[in-house]
Amino acid sequence: MNLTLKVWRQSNGQSQGRFETYAAKNIIEDMSFLEMLDVVNEELMERGQEPFAFDSDCREGICGMCSLVINGIPHGGHKGTATCQLHMRHFKDGDTITIEPWRAKAFPVIKDLVTNRSAFDRIIQAGGFVSVNTGGTPDGNAIPVPKIAADAAMDAAACIGCGACVAVCKNASAMLFVAAKASHLNLLPQGQPEKDRRALKMVQQMDEEGFGNCTVTGSCEAVCPKEISLSFIAKLNRDFGVATLKGK
Amino acid sequence: MNILKNIFTTSLGKKYVMAVTGCALVLFLVGHLAGNLQVFLGQEVINRYGHFLQSNPELIWPARFGLLTLLVLHVWSAIRLTLENRAARPVAYGVYKPIGANYASRTMFMTGLIVFTFVIYHLLHYTVRVKAINLTGQDFAAFKVPGTVGEHPQHDIYRMIIIGFRNIWVSGFYVLGIGLLCLHLSHGVSSMFQSIGWKNDSYRPLLDKIACGLAILLFLGYISIPVAVLLGFGKDIQ
Amino acid sequence: MALDSKTPSGPLAQKWDKHRFDLKLVNPANKRKFEVLVVGSGLAGASAAASLAELGYKVKCFCFQDSPRRAHSIAAQGGINAAKNYQNDGDSVYRLFYDTIKGGDFRAREANVYRLAQVSVNIIDQCVAQGVPFAREYGGLLANRSFGGAQVSRTFYARGQTGQQLLLGAYQALARQISLGAVQMFPRTEMLDVVLVDGHAKGIVVRNLVTGEVSTHAGDAVVLATGGYGNAFFLSTNAKGCNVTSIWRAYKKGAFFANPCYTQIHPTCIPVSGDHQSKLTLMSESLRNDGRVWAPKRKEDCTKPPGSIPEDARDYFLERKYPSFGNLAPRDISSRAAKEACDAGHGVGPGGLGVYLDFADSIKRLGVNVIRERYGNLFDMYEKITGENAYEVPMRIYPAVHYTMGGTWVDYNLMTSVPGLFVLGEANFSDHGANRLGASALMQGLADGYFVLPYTIGHYFATSKIARPATSHAEFRKAEEGVQERINRLLASKGKRTVTSFHRELGKLLWEKCGMARNEAGLKAALKRIPEIREEFWKNLIVTGQNGGLNQSLEYAGRVADFMEFAELLCTDALHRRESCGGHFREEFQTPDGEAERDDANFSYVAAWEFQGLDKPPVLHKEPLVYEEVHMSTRSYK
Repeated sequence: MNLTLKVWRQSNGQSQGRFETYAAKNIIEDMSFLEMLDVVNEELMERGQEPFAFDSDCREGICGMCSLVINGIPHGGHKGTATCQLHMRHFKDGDTITIEPWRAKAFPVIKDLVTNRSAFDRIIQAGGFVSVNTGGTPDGNAIPVPKIAADAAMDAAACIGCGACVAVCKNASAMLFVAAKASHLNLLPQGQPEKDRRALKMVQQMDEEGFGNCTVTGSCEAVCPKEISLSFIAKLNRDFGVATLKGK
Repeated sequence: MNILKNIFTTSLGKKYVMAVTGCALVLFLVGHLAGNLQVFLGQEVINRYGHFLQSNPELIWPARFGLLTLLVLHVWSAIRLTLENRAARPVAYGVYKPIGANYASRTMFMTGLIVFTFVIYHLLHYTVRVKAINLTGQDFAAFKVPGTVGEHPQHDIYRMIIIGFRNIWVSGFYVLGIGLLCLHLSHGVSSMFQSIGWKNDSYRPLLDKIACGLAILLFLGYISIPVAVLLGFGKDIQ
Repeated sequence: MALDSKTPSGPLAQKWDKHRFDLKLVNPANKRKFEVLVVGSGLAGASAAASLAELGYKVKCFCFQDSPRRAHSIAAQGGINAAKNYQNDGDSVYRLFYDTIKGGDFRAREANVYRLAQVSVNIIDQCVAQGVPFAREYGGLLANRSFGGAQVSRTFYARGQTGQQLLLGAYQALARQISLGAVQMFPRTEMLDVVLVDGHAKGIVVRNLVTGEVSTHAGDAVVLATGGYGNAFFLSTNAKGCNVTSIWRAYKKGAFFANPCYTQIHPTCIPVSGDHQSKLTLMSESLRNDGRVWAPKRKEDCTKPPGSIPEDARDYFLERKYPSFGNLAPRDISSRAAKEACDAGHGVGPGGLGVYLDFADSIKRLGVNVIRERYGNLFDMYEKITGENAYEVPMRIYPAVHYTMGGTWVDYNLMTSVPGLFVLGEANFSDHGANRLGASALMQGLADGYFVLPYTIGHYFATSKIARPATSHAEFRKAEEGVQERINRLLASKGKRTVTSFHRELGKLLWEKCGMARNEAGLKAALKRIPEIREEFWKNLIVTGQNGGLNQSLEYAGRVADFMEFAELLCTDALHRRESCGGHFREEFQTPDGEAERDDANFSYVAAWEFQGLDKPPVLHKEPLVYEEVHMSTRSYK
């Protein structure tokens, strides 16, 4: 199939960006979306033009490196699918595809479709961990963890930190990410000692990074490649509220 | 005071303010509707209710003051949050599809603003009774319950409601205002539970349905009065 | 030069304890004076950086991804082994050790493997304490499964995302140290050279991938934890960014490279669908617990819908050849069996490169819900990629390069032949011999980072007494200039072919000549061809853009340039090892029924290669493999 791509080009964080149009020719439906972009980039390079930069690494939907807002929807809008797992069989000959970077103040563009998501790392550094040093930990079975708690924690921990929740949110809110990361630990017995501090610190850092606020539109949940539930946001709201009421 | 600081400066704190004030305002709406619906019980009943409220200024003024505070906090948090939200995305998308987000959730600030102007109109209309805006040419302030003239005349609410809603424009704007309010509530009530954290995967579908149901009930309840008036309820009143 | 593995003396079970006692310690107050440069932030790198910082060392950690959490360890699905014996099914440290040594086809260092099995139990405790949400039984205790051909259930797992969860645990520990100021993190930064001062590794040259700036960092020791070199084959299950650069540059600076020919081919990957393919996707080997592998007996059935092929026309070749292990035969054996079936014309799918992995029987026996619960995410992934519903039609699988057992030679202390240079995780050669067992990679990465390096690096500091040089030292300037010159040379390449086209050509050659089965003629042909491709690479390459800013074309060109050099060493090693063992199968050396034939008399050693210059053959150093405890036997899974 042949497609028209409208791709956001921006040389660096300081410059103004613009859309450029490219033709993607002879695309096969078994290709992944990123492989399709590879093909277009190869052609650009063969013509001596600079390819557009986009992030990707594992290309199997787990590292969270890939991004791209495809036709207005981060990761392209297929349930539980990251851009790297999106295949061209979902497009048809003659389609025009608009490709943009994640857009948020907290995710400044580095180049073209590549953004800086280190705000997420700083949120984790603020409290998204259990303060245990290596060694001296009790036996793995010393503290039983109810299967329900372990499963719920795993549901939250499945987050790949891609930032699609921020990208899709009309407010560029990072609540789904922060809630998933905080809930993962706050649901487990191992996370209890630092539960209050974690909720407060992570939210504080989230605010400092310049993300917007959650207005519960639910679009984050709809695009999340790991289908993280909105209910974790309620949990973070609860944990933060309890910590606040304790006067911490 | 960490508690106040957390509540008034953090994103989640402002959402608590929004949720808690919203919750109280919803309770007021329920109470207000219960009062209003007494119009169907007849002139005497609703006027007695009105007189009860008005003759107890030590109740009604704190209540009014409380409602005003709630409204101010609700609007303040909305403005603060909205400004922050706008700032969080300085460059807009070329193409943007709000997947998974329903209309009500995306238009909260807009519906909120319109409802706010509606509330002001409504207060001027029926509480302050500004003659110029009731479009009937009559002065509502002059409507007195027959037989109460004298030192303590009672206000004839029944007549005011019926005359007021007989004007198609007034009723129309009222239905529109209530409609937007209930659209606002269809999202707001369910979000309220989310924002204060009283939601999980088990309660979520139920709470969402309750929110929607409540919004519809309030809508039907409130519009029943102008609709009834337009259909001829109280046509003997001049 | 004689290779001294520094393996401690004494009984196997006490070597590590004894060694830990013998290792010199650094006074707690002095630790902050030592600075460690950790390159790579996967399981090994992140766990090492965090643990060293906890001890009080100053740490700088570098990764090329935009966040340390994205290292490719994240993609490991199946699980992590540990000799906990929670299931009371006969497991023990000794059994895990023995299984790993045997699985590695008796080509691993005995003492290392024993230590790995010993510390495996600590890893689980550590990870649980960090909040890794391992699967649990209803009673709240840890769940286990049998994995990758093990006869006991010793694999701990977190759904199909164990690598992700373990990495997040290590990443969170690292994040905590970053917030405490003990670790300085450099994401989107690629290491391009090691700096040696007086023969010791004392610094690195890095390029900031965002600004293009080349800079140097000085440290008291350099730790490389940069993963394997599977991407030399172009198509592999590795992430696109995985590369050999750091350990290759270390090799060129004098760190011996051991056993590069030991490459693991994973049997359960999704087959190639066309030339556009940029990488291969692995599906957890756990699928083989309930799936049956088969190919049509008749060649003419290969193009028919699998459902229409009657039971007696199907060849369940793993069950037939290896009745006791059946579909759970180790990776190298299963992969080769699939290749044999396809080579004999029984392959299915595009190009006949695939065999079926059929769940029909399990679905009949356990119900579709049980299968969905166990493998739902894998079935979904399969459907996304192929558009086929594996609940209804069997999956198609084909082997793909997955893991590399070879890597930088390290001694028992994980130090390379260059003092002060340590290599951890997949990047080193140490623990898996010629073949790695399932769920052992995560174990090794974390063992190295959490529980080995923190002890052994202190000994180096306490004994070497060489001060950290300033980055103004001449060696730093020289290394930086070398790196800059190479970047300029790449940027000046204005030929006609893209990096990808060269990488694909090289990868195809390696896969054909040095892939699942190798032979002398093929390897010699490859050794002749590789320098030709390399020459054309430097003459006819296109690199677009500038240095000053993000330039993915330049990054990629640099990595492929290193693969171009490395490929020769890979084939040289494969050619020299005239035996078949584990992931290295030489067609000339097989039993009459097609099984690998080891030559213990002549090849029971680690082949560690020393760089002599690109135009000269490398020098082979041999570290004899002495088995004090186990008896070398022929691996049999029949």
